Amino acid sequence: MDTSARQKEIPQERYFRRGLNLIRRSFRIRPVSHVVAIAGACLFSISAVALTRVLGHATDEIIIPNLDRDSLDHTELWIVFIVIISVGLSRGLGAFLRRYFLAGARYGTELVWRRQLFNQYLDLPMSFHRRKSAGELLAHADNDMMIASLALMPLAFTVGTLFLSIIALLNLFLIHPTIACIALVLFPLLAGMNQSYSKRVVTPASAVQESVGSTSGLVHESFDGILVIKSLGRSEAEVQRLRESASQIRKHRISVGRLRAIFEPAIFALPNFGVIALLMIGTWLIDKGSLTIGELVSAIALFGILAFPMRIAGIFFEELPRSVVALDRIDEILELENPMKNSFGTKTTTNESLKLEIKGLEARYGDQLILDNINFTIEPGEIVALVGPTGVGKSTIADMIGGLQKPTAGHVLLGDMRLEEIQAQQKNQILAVAFQESFLFADTVKENILLGRDFEENDIRAALETAQALEFVEHLPEGINTVLGERGVSLSGGQRQRITLARALVGEPKIIFLDDSTSSVDPVIEKKILNNLRLHSDVSLLIVAHRLSTIKLADRVIFLNKGKVEGTGTHEELMESKSYSTLIKAYEINGTIR
Amino acid sequence: MKQQRFIRRSTRGEVGQDAQAITQIDNDESDEKTGALEVLRRGLEVSPELRSGAALTVMMALIVAAGSLAIPILIQQILDQGLNNGNGLRTGFIYISCSIAIGIITFVVFAQRATYNRLVKVAETTILELRIRVFRHLQKLSLADHQEARKGILTARVTSDIETLSQFAQWGAIAWIVDSVIILGTLLVMAIYSWQLTIAVIAIYIPIIPILKAIQRQQFIKYRDVREAVSETMGEASEAITAAPVIRSYGYEESVRKKLEKANQSQYKRQIKAHKFFALLAPVMDAFSALAIAGVIVVGSLLGPDIGLTSGEMIAFVFLTTILVAPIWELGEVLDQTQTALAGWWKIISVLDVPIEVIEPSNGRELSKGPLEIRVDQLSFSYRTGDQVLHDINVLIPAGSNVAVVGETGSGKTTFVKLLARLADPISGTIKVNGLPLESIEMTSRHESIQMVPQDGFLFDQTIYDNVLFGKPDSNEEDVMKAFESLGLSWWVQKLPNGVNTQTGPRGERLSVGERQLVALARAQLANPGLLILDEATSAVDPETEVALVSALDQLSQGRTTISVAHRLSTAERSDMVIVFDKGHIVEIGSHHWLSQQDGVYANLYKSWIGNTQSV
Repeated sequence: MDTSARQKEIPQERYFRRGLNLIRRSFRIRPVSHVVAIAGACLFSISAVALTRVLGHATDEIIIPNLDRDSLDHTELWIVFIVIISVGLSRGLGAFLRRYFLAGARYGTELVWRRQLFNQYLDLPMSFHRRKSAGELLAHADNDMMIASLALMPLAFTVGTLFLSIIALLNLFLIHPTIACIALVLFPLLAGMNQSYSKRVVTPASAVQESVGSTSGLVHESFDGILVIKSLGRSEAEVQRLRESASQIRKHRISVGRLRAIFEPAIFALPNFGVIALLMIGTWLIDKGSLTIGELVSAIALFGILAFPMRIAGIFFEELPRSVVALDRIDEILELENPMKNSFGTKTTTNESLKLEIKGLEARYGDQLILDNINFTIEPGEIVALVGPTGVGKSTIADMIGGLQKPTAGHVLLGDMRLEEIQAQQKNQILAVAFQESFLFADTVKENILLGRDFEENDIRAALETAQALEFVEHLPEGINTVLGERGVSLSGGQRQRITLARALVGEPKIIFLDDSTSSVDPVIEKKILNNLRLHSDVSLLIVAHRLSTIKLADRVIFLNKGKVEGTGTHEELMESKSYSTLIKAYEINGTIR
Repeated sequence: MKQQRFIRRSTRGEVGQDAQAITQIDNDESDEKTGALEVLRRGLEVSPELRSGAALTVMMALIVAAGSLAIPILIQQILDQGLNNGNGLRTGFIYISCSIAIGIITFVVFAQRATYNRLVKVAETTILELRIRVFRHLQKLSLADHQEARKGILTARVTSDIETLSQFAQWGAIAWIVDSVIILGTLLVMAIYSWQLTIAVIAIYIPIIPILKAIQRQQFIKYRDVREAVSETMGEASEAITAAPVIRSYGYEESVRKKLEKANQSQYKRQIKAHKFFALLAPVMDAFSALAIAGVIVVGSLLGPDIGLTSGEMIAFVFLTTILVAPIWELGEVLDQTQTALAGWWKIISVLDVPIEVIEPSNGRELSKGPLEIRVDQLSFSYRTGDQVLHDINVLIPAGSNVAVVGETGSGKTTFVKLLARLADPISGTIKVNGLPLESIEMTSRHESIQMVPQDGFLFDQTIYDNVLFGKPDSNEEDVMKAFESLGLSWWVQKLPNGVNTQTGPRGERLSVGERQLVALARAQLANPGLLILDEATSAVDPETEVALVSALDQLSQGRTTISVAHRLSTAERSDMVIVFDKGHIVEIGSHHWLSQQDGVYANLYKSWIGNTQSV
């Protein structure tokens, strides 16, 4: 919907210019492919025109003398035979080169743009990912990319067609200037008709796309909500909704068809009218002796090869606006500056047990203040629960401690150093964050825990043990080398969480932030995990908790409300605050059965 | 996959209709081929208007053929008759024949326009009606067919499959008829000039068919590889995107970058490989067309004088030979599309053969207003594809009671309540509502009296007001506001940016799961059903909404029978009666108080809930 609105605002010429810009960018990526494709297109044009010359020659030197005067030069016949086949082959070679290298140019450009896009996806900060849906980002790399690169096709084709028109015209001049005059009338007419067709078909064609899109959206929605539709008895109303939406597709397709019915027969008939004019004038010239039949045949054949390439070039130009808009969507991502680059410093620290200090932390999304002057400290060996209603910014704090997002003001301090000053690798050894969503890669258990880091198998086992995951992992078909995910073993929510927890625990970090990362784990097992962690007296734990059982395990509770720290203390102390106790009561009701 | 299909086929005879229906819905990737003629026959049965479409296309084909054959014939006539073998110009003949040709070509332009316009209309109307017909059929299928796993397949039938068919109707189908007519017409004119030369041309073009087929086969395979590569790249990308926080905080970027690059490169390589075959088609076609032209000149020159060929005929023959290339080429390109389109068409038609199980009664009975009594006797249920889900269910739910249904995931509790809303029919046993068999109750009356609020609280992409109105479409804004008010939800509505006119977004996703359920409750309140069925949300609901939900539900359950699939301890605690499901059986029925003191399934569940919410 968005795209069509933009298409209507921008005049056609602008699209053309921006289309050229798109082609220029691709040219820089794949100059050789583009040049060879263009050369191929020109070879095709030369050969096609040459073939018409050979036909004329054959008419004058073989067909006419043989059939009208009974004299056949056999050597000449076989020469013509070989020349026609070689010219035909070189025309074929030209078409092959154009098609093949255009593919190289197109997919090669896609390759580079897609790589740039992927790099952005990997390097842009978390706030970017929170704003965009995964589906949208995937569409940029897939569908948008395909549409954007479609605009690369007309370059070689147009150059080839232009070349064809010019040498065809030159050839006609060489044959006879009068005949060339017919072409001078015909060519612009053909080009103008094509142009006008392309221009008019853009709007209804994009309306077709749009209505197909919205109809398929409707069907998706309808089947997603089938339970509601059926229980409300709205099936017939849905059928009516589909009828309205699908009727739009029909309407727009018929408009496209109407334009097609006007232009396509006319575009293909135009050269035929030219041929008739040629025959009328040509016979007169032949009679006068200033033209041979062979030259007339050659001119007729030339007219015949013009309409098709022009139409194809026209079709490519029709696609240009869609391509330009698709590339705009991709560029929007590529042009984003990355504020996180080099966000980790080079300093190293020697202090074994560090405290984690949050100082004056502030987070804003646009005008909205999410976190306002947050201050708290976690001492070595302390277990602290972070409690607060949904949307209060607990995950934002996790992001900032994990280094995924920069605070708009304030700092996260590790010992006495700012988080961003510490060398990344060392920071990761000291501080680990286990996130809310337990994401597992379609890879082995081992790789899911290592994530490219260098640890011994013993470390992995120890981490799995602490996370209460070793037992079930050892029962998997291939132990820690079992492949997980789509093509592998699927695990329960609790098991997945325990593996992601082991990922955070491997290498024994000193400060661990669990962002509600045990929510699917059975309370009994959760308690075992926390007790395991407590065995290491120097490990500090910060836990985002939604369960009373988790809260009660903590030494201290930090209560966040309305973007601020509303209270700090033990659970019992905080229960005296009304907003805290209301929240806790709600958690009690909220306990899900299964 | 293969194995499964084999089993299905072998049991088809025994279970009859049903097993067949399953294969029809599921054979998405099936390589079983149904003959093209069989598809056409069934297709015509479903869309009889296609006959007139075919007639129109043949008419258009004849017109187009006339247009393209007129020129070579004119050339021959003028060269042979007009130039009169070099014995002076017959001006009159030239003018007359050229005028006739102009007349023919002008007529073709307009006639083609008229037939094409009508053709598009017929084709698009056929497609529209077929789409609606399939959609309506799918809407009527029981919930057993609308399982999560099949949702994508069902959607594809009404979207992408129909689109493939529509694209085929716009190009492929027309190309088949038009190109065939042009080829036949051209060969006919050629044969009139010289049958010997025509045989020579056919002989030269014949090898093109196996070569085209071989290239297309390769192209098909390579493009399938491309599609696989694309989905691999997208799989990697999707991982990189969804795992964004993990990748960043563990410094996993470089490994992921390498994986993405590998997938990206492999996609590129396969695209180039596939395109090689597409590019190869060009020289092959060009070589054959050059060979044909050269062949015509050689054969014509050697045989010509003996068979009385004129120079005009020979030149016309050369032009006719070039005309043949384009339709042969196009038929080659269309072949692939045809296979996909026919397969898609077959899939679409097959959906119409899936039987509709829940058949609405004619002259159904009306349910009286007020709380409903539900009696279930010896009920069993199984989905067509799977094992039995419910076994011998017997229960009496008194009018006005508040019942909680509990059990583990997969115990059959959700299926049970769906049967009460007649989203599917049991395979045996009866459900009686106020003494009337459920299947004898008139559809509208049933929808008014039995309302179900599903777990995800699906909402339509409209305003909250519109969504509530579905409960009782003849209500006004005041009624809608009153519904919220009586559930104590006015404050929540006022909190929203546009009140009841707030847009809910696709599937209601602009609201949280809990908020969506609030809207669904208001809808139920407006409808005022005698039986309310509620499937509680399992995902985390924020505490504020949770409190609102509980008190709204308390209000809503007044004066009606309420059955809740309970995922929360508190819901079961507040109910009059708890029904406990385990592996498709009802294992316990009783009050919460009584059941929690027995040593049964419920007591165990209860203990674990307590552990979950209170301290360990």
